[in-house]
Amino acid sequence: MTAETAVGVVPRSAEYRLCQYTGLRIDSAAQALIKANAVAAVVFLALGGLMGLLVALTRWPAVHLLPAEWFYLVLTGHGANVLLFWIIFFEVAVLYFASTILLNCRLAAPRLAWLGFALMVAGGVMANVAVLQGESSVMFTSYPPMMAKSHFYLALILFAVGALIGVAIFFANLVIAREEGTYKGSIPLVTFGALTAAIIAVFTLASGAIILVPTWLWSLGLISSIDPLMYKVVWWAMGHSSQQINVSAHVSIWYLVAALLVGAKPLSEKVSRTAFLLYILFLQLASAHHLLAEPGLDASWKIVNTSYMMYLAVLGSMIHGLTVPGSIEAAQRRNGFNKGVFEWLRKAPWGHPAFSGMFLSLVFFGFIGGISGVVLGTEQLNVLMHNTIYVPGHFHGTVVAGTTLAFMAATYLVLPLVFEREIVWPRLARLQPYLFGIGAAGISLFMMGAGTLGVARRHWDITFADSELSFAYSAGAFLMMGLNGLFAVIAALGGALFVLITVFTVLFGKKITGGHKLTFPLHAGGGEVASHYGSEGTLKLPGTAILVTVFFVAFVLYYFINWKYLSELWLFR
Amino acid sequence: MAISPPGRIIWWNEPVERTELIWIVIAFLWGLFMFGFMIAWHFVGGQNLNKEAYRVTPSGYEEKVEQFAAKYKVREEKGIPVVKPGAGAEVYLLGRVWQWWPILELEKGRSYRIHISSADLQHGFSLQPVNINIQVHPGYEHVITLTPTEAGEFGIVCNEFCGLGHHTMTGKIYVTDQKKAGGENRFAGGDRP
Repeated sequence: MTAETAVGVVPRSAEYRLCQYTGLRIDSAAQALIKANAVAAVVFLALGGLMGLLVALTRWPAVHLLPAEWFYLVLTGHGANVLLFWIIFFEVAVLYFASTILLNCRLAAPRLAWLGFALMVAGGVMANVAVLQGESSVMFTSYPPMMAKSHFYLALILFAVGALIGVAIFFANLVIAREEGTYKGSIPLVTFGALTAAIIAVFTLASGAIILVPTWLWSLGLISSIDPLMYKVVWWAMGHSSQQINVSAHVSIWYLVAALLVGAKPLSEKVSRTAFLLYILFLQLASAHHLLAEPGLDASWKIVNTSYMMYLAVLGSMIHGLTVPGSIEAAQRRNGFNKGVFEWLRKAPWGHPAFSGMFLSLVFFGFIGGISGVVLGTEQLNVLMHNTIYVPGHFHGTVVAGTTLAFMAATYLVLPLVFEREIVWPRLARLQPYLFGIGAAGISLFMMGAGTLGVARRHWDITFADSELSFAYSAGAFLMMGLNGLFAVIAALGGALFVLITVFTVLFGKKITGGHKLTFPLHAGGGEVASHYGSEGTLKLPGTAILVTVFFVAFVLYYFINWKYLSELWLFR
Repeated sequence: MAISPPGRIIWWNEPVERTELIWIVIAFLWGLFMFGFMIAWHFVGGQNLNKEAYRVTPSGYEEKVEQFAAKYKVREEKGIPVVKPGAGAEVYLLGRVWQWWPILELEKGRSYRIHISSADLQHGFSLQPVNINIQVHPGYEHVITLTPTEAGEFGIVCNEFCGLGHHTMTGKIYVTDQKKAGGENRFAGGDRP
C-alpha cells in the first residue's frame, strides 16, 4: 500500500456488508475500528469504575476503606480512566459510526485510524502506570505548583494526539462522503451532532496541548515555573470543553436511539441543528466555571463567560430537552399510542435497555446535571459550592447519569448491530440501565446535598481526626456521605453488570445470522430515520409540554433557593 | 430503506411550530433573566467576590503575615497565635501545608479587609459551617472585605487537594459580639482598648 492510499487520497476498495435490520451499509474497516474503540472504552470503564467504587467506599464515613495515600492515588486514577479514557474511546467510536455507517461511506484512512487508536491505548496504559507508581497523585486536574512525574503528562499528551487523529479521520470521512456522493442533501442530524462534538474536540485538544506541553516541559525541568492561575484558565478550556464534547455526543445518541427504537424524527431539523450550533458557538466559554472563586478576574469577564454568553448554550440544551422527548411523543403517537396525555410514554419500549438508558439519561442530565450546572456556574452562587463535593455531585449528574448512561444505552445497539452478537442475559440487560441510573442519580444528589452542607471534595477524612484545630461537619453531612456510599454500591453493581454483559456478549453471544429475530428489536423504519434528515413537524405534544413545564418549575425554584442561601452568608465584597 | 431519497431537501425554510417556539422564547428569556440577575446582585446583593489581587512572592507574603500576627497577637492556642486585629487594620491569612495561619478573632458586624494567599501549593479557603469557598493561589494576594454576621467559632477547611496531609489542614476564626460600648467605638475612631 502506498502512502497515498494509506491516507485515503486514492479511494480504497472498501468491503461492505448490508445491515439486515437498518438497511445501512457498513464498511468492514470502520466496523473493526468501532469495535476496537468500544472494547477499549469498556476496559477503561471497568478499571475506572472500580476505582470510583473504592473512592466512594472510602468517603463513606462508616466504611472509610482505603488509607489516605491510596485514596488520593485511586481518586486520580478514577478521574483519568472514566472521564478521559472511557468517554473519549467511546466518542471516537461514535464519530466513526456517524461519519461512515450513517453516511453510507467508507472510512478514510484505516491505518492512520489504527495509529490513533494505538496512541490512545499507549497513553491510557502509561497514565495508569504513572498513577499506580504512586508519585503522580495530583488529581485529574494536576494544578501546579503540585507536580506529577513527567510521564503522567506525556501519557495524557499521547492520548490526546491519538484522539485528535480520530477527529481528523472523522472530518476526512465527511469530505469523502460528500465527494463520492454517498448521501443526498445535508448530513443527518445525528452526524451533525457528532460534527458538533468533533469541532469542539479540536478546540479542546488544542487547549490541552497548549497547557500540557509546557507543563510536561516544566516537569522535565526545562521551564522554571507555570503560573497557577494561567494554568487553570487554559487547562479548563480543555477540562470543561471536553465535557461539552460529551454533551454533543450524548445528545446525538439520544436522537439516534429515539430514531432506531421508536422511529422518531426531529420535530424540526432547523431548531435541533440551531441548538447544536449554539453549542459550537458558546460552550467553550465554560472555562470560567472553574475560575469564579479565583483572585484577580473581573466580574464582567466572569459573567459573560460563565453564562456561555447570556446562557445561549444553555438555551441549546433546553431546546434539546424539549425536542428529544417531543420527537419521541410525536413518533409514538404516529405509532398508534395516541390515548390521553401520556400513553405514548407509558407504552414506550421501557423493556429495551437502549431506550430506558437513553430516557433516564435525558431526565437525569436535565434535572440533576443541567440545573445544578447552571446554579454552580452562577457567578456569586459559586462561592457556596466551589470545591465542595457539590461539584462532583454536579458532574456525576452530567457525565455519569447523563453521558455514561447514554453510552451504555448505545452499547445495547452496538452489540447486535456492529458486533453482530445477540445480547446475553436479556433479563439482566433489561434491569441494568435502571440499576446504574438510579445509583448514579443517587450519588449525584447526595454529593450535592453534602456539598450544600460544606463537605470538601477530594478529602480523605471529614472528621479531621489528625488536625491540630478540630472541626466537625454537621450530622446531616455525614448522613449524606453515607447515602452517597450506598448509592455508589448500587451504581457499581449496575456498572459491573454492564461490563459483564458486554464482555460475555462480545465473547460468547450468539452470532447473528440472516433472518435472526433480535431479542431487543428495532423500529421498522428506524434505520431510515436515523440516516436521513426530515422534520416530523410539531403535532400537538401535550405530554412533552407538561414534562418541560415540570422541569422549568424545578429549575426556577432551585435557582432561587440558592440565592436565598447566598443572601444569608456573611457579607463580602 | 436507507437508500430512499430524502423527504425534503430544503429543511431550513420549514416553519417552527408553536410548542417549540413557545419553549424557545421561554428558555431564551429565562437565560436573559439569569444573566441580568448576576449583574443586578452586584448592585443589590451583599455577597460579591472582589477581584482585588496583587502579585506577591510566597516568602514575601509569609513575612507580611508574620508581622501582622506579631503585632495583634492576643494569646496562643496549641502553639498557634490567636490574632485580634484592631480597627482599620489589614488582616492577613496564610494557607500552607497543612494549616491556615494564624487563628483570627473578629467582631460581628465589623468589616475587615482580609488578605489571603498561599506559601506553597494551591489551597481552598472553605469557611464552615458558613460555607464560603474561595480558591487560594501561591503568588497572588487576594483581598476580600469580609463582614461576619454571626458570632461563634468557625472552622476553615482546605478544599483544594494539597498533598497527603490535605485532610488535616484546618484553621479557625472566632467571631465575638461587638462590645456594647458603641459610643466608645465612635469616639475612639473605632479602635478598642
